[in-house]
Amino acid sequence: MIELWVNVFLVSLLVIITFYIMRLRRLIGIVALSGAYSLTAAAIFVNMDAVDVAFTEAAVGSGISTILFLAALRYLPVEEAHETRYPVWSLFLCGIVGLMLIIAAFALPEFGDPNAPAHLHVAPRYIEESYPLFHIPNVVTNVLASYRGFDTLGETVVVFTAGLGVIILLTGSTLSMRFKQTATSSDNQTAKSDEETRDA
Amino acid sequence: MRDNPVFKIVSKILFGPIIIYGLYVQFHGDYGPGGGFQAGVIVAAAFILYSMISGLEEGRKLMPDWIIRSVMALGVLVFGGTGIASILLGANYLDYSPFAYKIYKAQHLGIIIVELGVGLTVFAVMLGLFNAFAGFKPHK
Repeated sequence: MIELWVNVFLVSLLVIITFYIMRLRRLIGIVALSGAYSLTAAAIFVNMDAVDVAFTEAAVGSGISTILFLAALRYLPVEEAHETRYPVWSLFLCGIVGLMLIIAAFALPEFGDPNAPAHLHVAPRYIEESYPLFHIPNVVTNVLASYRGFDTLGETVVVFTAGLGVIILLTGSTLSMRFKQTATSSDNQTAKSDEETRDA
Repeated sequence: MRDNPVFKIVSKILFGPIIIYGLYVQFHGDYGPGGGFQAGVIVAAAFILYSMISGLEEGRKLMPDWIIRSVMALGVLVFGGTGIASILLGANYLDYSPFAYKIYKAQHLGIIIVELGVGLTVFAVMLGLFNAFAGFKPHK
């Protein structure tokens, strides 16, 4: 029963934070509030006993993302541009999609229902096998690194590729700079030789 | 902010414990919540704190860009190389069982190595992203 009230409190906190994010115009405030949003979401995950997810949400969502947004803020104006027109059609579309999602949510299985389809496939095997066979108390780590090693390898490669792409986009690859330098220097040389031939 | 002694001393005091905590999350991942992803972010946070307080140039002296880029690739290589090692020892790709005689010891070893790879990549990517954003010079 307490869990229910904690959940009601946290979810209403999320709604309030979202409302303030919509109303606020100062970007630094929006960044701070989105960090608070992630922290509240992490608290909800703890309440649902998903400690690993909560940990990731707290570290990545409210920690690193907030800092990266702050670093990006240096190149943005202080305030959001003021929007004067009211997009009625977007509101209509959002309302319809939101209504559909709420209706669909009623068809979801109850939280923690042992007969939910997601809990009937391979999960019982992982839970039964993990400790007696591998002596690893945290099933999440076991699934992540052992049963689903390929997925985690893929995730690591995705993180690597995404990071590499952003870093190259922002700092410019040294290779292309070297090409540009050689290209401009050879241009200068040809220009110089043209001048020389003209002089001659 | 750089001349404020409070920030400087607090960041100095926090730097070591943050890294120790990151290592705890990294290598304790199979007993408690945590693992490579979270540990990489936490260790990167220590270096980002140092960069924010002492300036980007000082941060780059502590962890140069070429090391960050190499560690990014090293993590993926450690993870992928573990799979190659299992193939060379006669098992399937990323099957940890040939690493030790007892299956649970082999699993522990495999998971620790693989998580280390994840942690290295995530740490370097996070720090590299911060350096790229903070040191970005817009073209005119």
